[in-house]
Amino acid sequence: MIKAILIFNNHGKPRLSKFYQKFSEDTQQQIIRETFHLVSKRDENVCNFLEGGLLIGGSDNRLIYRHYATLYFVFCVDSSESELGILDLIQVFVETLDKCFENVCELDLIFHVDKVHNILAEMVMGGMVLETNMNEIVTQIDAQNKLEKSEAGLAGAPARAVSAVKNMNLPEIPRNINIGDISIKVPNLPSFK
Amino acid sequence: MSDIVEKTLTALPGLFLQNQSGGPAAAKASFSSRLGSLIRGITALTSKHEEEKLIQQELSSLKATVSAPATTLKMMKECMVRLIYCEMLGYDASFGYIHAIKLAQQGNLLEKRVGYLAVSLFLHESHELLLLLVNTVVKDLQSTNLVEVCMALTVVSQIFPQEMIPAVLPLIEDKLQHSKEIIRRKAVLALYKFHLIAPNQVQHIHIKFRKALCDRDVGVMAASLHIYLRMIKENSSGYKDLTGSFVTILKQVVGGKLPVDFNYHSVPAPWLQIQLLRILGLLGKDDQRTSELMYDVLDESLRRAELNHNVTYAILFECVHTVYSIYPKSELLEKAAKCIGKFVLSPKINLKYLGLKALTYVIQQDPSLALQHQMTIIECLDHSDPMIKRETLELLYRITNAQNITVIIQKMLEYLHQSKEEYVIVNLVGKIAELAEKYAPDNAWFIQTMNAVFSVGGDVMHPDIPNNFLRLLAEGFDDETEDQQLRLYAVQSYLTLLDVENVFYPQRFLQVMSWVLGEYSYLLDKETPEKVIIKLYKLLMNDSVSSETKAWLIAAVTKLTPQAHSPNIVERLIQEFTISLDTLMRQHAFELKNLHQNVGLMKSLLPVDKSCEDMVVDASLSFLDGFVAEGLSQGAAPYKPHHQRQEEKLSQEKVLNFEPYGLSFSSSGFTGRQSPAGISLGSDISGNSAETGLKETNSLKLEGIKKLWGKEGYLPKKESKTGDESEAPPVPQESVIMENVDQAIIKQDHSQILTQSKEEKEKQLLASSLFVGLGSESTINLLGKADTVSHKFRRKAKVKGKKSEETTSTHNMACSSFSSLSGVAYEEDYYLNTLQDKELKKFSLNSELLDPESLTELPLVKKLSDCSLSKPSLFADNNMEIFHPPQSTAALVAKEISLASSLLEETTEYIHSNLMEVCSNETISMFSYKIWEDDCLLMVLSITNKTDSELKSANLEIFPAEDFKVTEKPGCCLPIMEAESTENFQYSVQMEKPFTEGNLSGFINYEMVDAHSVQLEFSIDLSLLDFIRPLKISTEDFGKLWLSFASDVKQNIKISDSQAALPSALKILQQKLRLHVIDIIGNEGLLACQLLPSIPCLLHCRVHADVLALWFRSSCSSLPDYLLYQCQKVMEES
Repeated sequence: MIKAILIFNNHGKPRLSKFYQKFSEDTQQQIIRETFHLVSKRDENVCNFLEGGLLIGGSDNRLIYRHYATLYFVFCVDSSESELGILDLIQVFVETLDKCFENVCELDLIFHVDKVHNILAEMVMGGMVLETNMNEIVTQIDAQNKLEKSEAGLAGAPARAVSAVKNMNLPEIPRNINIGDISIKVPNLPSFK
Repeated sequence: MSDIVEKTLTALPGLFLQNQSGGPAAAKASFSSRLGSLIRGITALTSKHEEEKLIQQELSSLKATVSAPATTLKMMKECMVRLIYCEMLGYDASFGYIHAIKLAQQGNLLEKRVGYLAVSLFLHESHELLLLLVNTVVKDLQSTNLVEVCMALTVVSQIFPQEMIPAVLPLIEDKLQHSKEIIRRKAVLALYKFHLIAPNQVQHIHIKFRKALCDRDVGVMAASLHIYLRMIKENSSGYKDLTGSFVTILKQVVGGKLPVDFNYHSVPAPWLQIQLLRILGLLGKDDQRTSELMYDVLDESLRRAELNHNVTYAILFECVHTVYSIYPKSELLEKAAKCIGKFVLSPKINLKYLGLKALTYVIQQDPSLALQHQMTIIECLDHSDPMIKRETLELLYRITNAQNITVIIQKMLEYLHQSKEEYVIVNLVGKIAELAEKYAPDNAWFIQTMNAVFSVGGDVMHPDIPNNFLRLLAEGFDDETEDQQLRLYAVQSYLTLLDVENVFYPQRFLQVMSWVLGEYSYLLDKETPEKVIIKLYKLLMNDSVSSETKAWLIAAVTKLTPQAHSPNIVERLIQEFTISLDTLMRQHAFELKNLHQNVGLMKSLLPVDKSCEDMVVDASLSFLDGFVAEGLSQGAAPYKPHHQRQEEKLSQEKVLNFEPYGLSFSSSGFTGRQSPAGISLGSDISGNSAETGLKETNSLKLEGIKKLWGKEGYLPKKESKTGDESEAPPVPQESVIMENVDQAIIKQDHSQILTQSKEEKEKQLLASSLFVGLGSESTINLLGKADTVSHKFRRKAKVKGKKSEETTSTHNMACSSFSSLSGVAYEEDYYLNTLQDKELKKFSLNSELLDPESLTELPLVKKLSDCSLSKPSLFADNNMEIFHPPQSTAALVAKEISLASSLLEETTEYIHSNLMEVCSNETISMFSYKIWEDDCLLMVLSITNKTDSELKSANLEIFPAEDFKVTEKPGCCLPIMEAESTENFQYSVQMEKPFTEGNLSGFINYEMVDAHSVQLEFSIDLSLLDFIRPLKISTEDFGKLWLSFASDVKQNIKISDSQAALPSALKILQQKLRLHVIDIIGNEGLLACQLLPSIPCLLHCRVHADVLALWFRSSCSSLPDYLLYQCQKVMEES
């Protein structure tokens, strides 16, 4: 299970924090600080895994992190998650952000915190990995955005119209159709490295 | 990097411009502009203090905005985003929580989403405001809009109050059939969340999880794997039938049957593969049949994983893990070992780390693998990455033995000195201490290593470490001279450490030092106690020493004072601290002062090197009796224990006090003055007359008993001390009852009680001095047992444990030879055999006293006969024949006398179970039944030879079990088994430590006529109930015992109308559970039983309408729980 997902910049300023386990407000802040402290000391040529500190729950937990330019992406997970699997999940997350924001940068995360959270919610739900397919995530996000925009645009329209839009179903991507070669080959994100 | 900065810089002005212009472009822009200006403000700040000020300003303006009635939902949404930002920075925005909930309730899609997001970020599962959200969630779950349903499901899986689950459960269950797979997937995960927080509530939908596993959409199936991974981890045996399905799924995934859509870097669904491999590893663990199903697919996985991307390594790693978890197959293990090599030797640091991790995991199964990679491991020890080093040390920790200990510990200490993180230190220090205790090559090394542990681990380490260390020093090993050397070395090294100027040691280390110096300074030849005291005094005057440590120090000084010759320094110390502001220190100083005035007393109180001996405390406080009697005569109310007072407060119909254990003081107190058996129950402590108190101390006072000084000096044995206190009361009481009876009976009685508290060494030591000759064995026996509990003392445990086994086995031999005397004549009739044994034991004991039958009316004598009845149980372990030769010969004589009579009677006195077939084949069949004897469980195995030819070298063996001891009754090896005959074997089973379910297994082998040997295995279930016997005591004794027991369990159970009458309920308990009904008072009943050999348990029950209130008490903590469970079971059944 994923216990927490943290993003902070090189100075330790939190950019996103999402906890899937109950921690008090103070503990959350302490965890962010402690995690930054642990992660920021690491050289470039060391492994991406760390033992979780005492706060996050002892030796059963691992911190798995990636450093992209100005940002650290840290996942705190327990022993039931695969280290390398999570490492690639971070990559998927970042690539998805990149697609949704078109060359994502730190500012995007600051000004669109809600959007980032929405993307994350499509990937990880309640601490469990929900979806790892980037295209699928992007499709879901796009569909939702479309619906929301149309609703926002109709805000002043008569109620009947609103309900008509509301009852409209999301377009569904048939998943068992072979779409061809759309497998992602984005080894390094231009905006981050 | 520079690109980013550039981009940021160029983007910023644009954003701010947008904000400042704030024009008609869009309301949206003004919105983000507010956030923008906030962020710009924060980035411009230089200090934390300024940031705080700015955020507080922002928060107060937000507060005003959100509570203003004119604020539209749209503005509210903007406010929420800003609140989220402030919360993320760690500022309290609790005023906005309720508005977040409102937004989720009322907003349109966009606003609702932000509302839900804010709620899930702000609140936690048990937050009270969350209840307000439930309605919204229910409404959204029923919505026809997919986005709303998705949002509701997401918030449910993040935070949902446990008690409100029933409100949404049916709705979410419906969603499992939804036509959109995204909804089905989210519903599965939401249900998983429910399974985590309230497993009982989703038990009925386990079948639906199976449907989700077979869902036509891969995503839904993958989601259900989360649930299965969890459930299989909890209980793998329940899901073995699914192994085939998981294997098939994995085969399809590995074989590339999934849509390309699921590929990640052209690897098919890697996360799904990882999940499946983990599940298979759990399923195949220790299960050959299940494991065989997955060999093929694992092989395929290993083969397919071409190492071209990070994620294939992830799959490979899981594969290796699974191969080593399941029932081993050499071919796969070989391949997996090769894979581990790839990881370990990889230049990529992540893979190297995982390779070490895999090695750590498999090292116990395959130590040779470590040898293969030893060079790499050594390189990793000096790796620049501390994580790699940590993992290497973890690996070394697993392969430590007596030969390599010094090197490994040295490496660990090196790492320890470099690391600063607390959890690393705690973890590593624990490991070093454990290894050092287990494998220390010599004293000097051990002490030095522990010194390093204490000085680095200091005050963060687990408190067990210093405690265990001190215990190790105090109890020593087997060799007394070696112990002394160890202690001497410790003392010397501490004195040298204390000589070093300007070094600060952690408080715990100082405490250890002061205890050791206090106890063992006498071993020093050169240094006098005065010099040691001077060093301790210096520490006492040091300001950096905590007051807790000072208490340890002054305790050490107190211990050393009687040994010192010129006590000037002590007097100075007393002077100094009797005026100390610290009351604790002042107290200690005054104690020291008073003791110091009477050196003789002090020497007897604080003898040298007696830290392991135990003190006897007059728990009955009999010296206060005079005071109490005076108080009572002046009309003071008798003392009532806390629980009794509470009970009286609770029960309303308490006008007439007929409580069984709280008999009113006046009556019982009155009888108490007349008969020696009666102690005033209302005031059990003060009731002891001065005379009995004296008597008790006379009979118990032992040589070498030491009164330990304060809690600090006694710390290493603190646990056992508290246990002692709870156990203490029965001793005086029992001894009082026995007062005017033969001295021998008193002894027996004591020892009976002592065996009750087996774990307690003190008691055993007491017993050893009571039974000369038995003592040494019994203490050893006990030490062996105690040590199995604490792992840290393995060195000692092994030796002593072995010894005790030897002694017990010799006892057993002696025992069987005795019983074989009587066994020869009556081989055929096992009933008789057992009966006799019992009968004459009783007889032999009672004959010394009185005829039990004629006097049963009198409670005192009843008690006596009970004692003598339970006597065999007490000696069954220790074999009284050996230690009391005169008695046993008497018993033998008695045996012969009573043989004839018991032969005639041919009755079954003991209850026995029905005949059950244990095992059989075409030649023989074996039946068993249990006879519940008073002192043990007798298993009778009867083997019938069904063929018409004889069987040669037949042999029956029972495997030793750890929970109980099986003693063979005579003649179990029969070389020849005649045709169509039946042989009986008896085993008496004694429980060694309480267990709930156990089984007795063994095998029988024999040779057919054609010299063809056959072996047949069998196993018989035993339950704790087999060892429960009625305890026949009087109401008064019940009251006394009741007060003395610490373990207490209460429960109300519903009973049916037919049972409503108390007698019928009691009857059920008596019949089914073999409880003894002592008394029925009104609607209350008293019952008692004992767990063999002699752990009593008392039950008080009260019927109230259709509720039966059960209240158990016992000296053993687990017994009441178990009995309660059994009671509930039998009451439900009947």
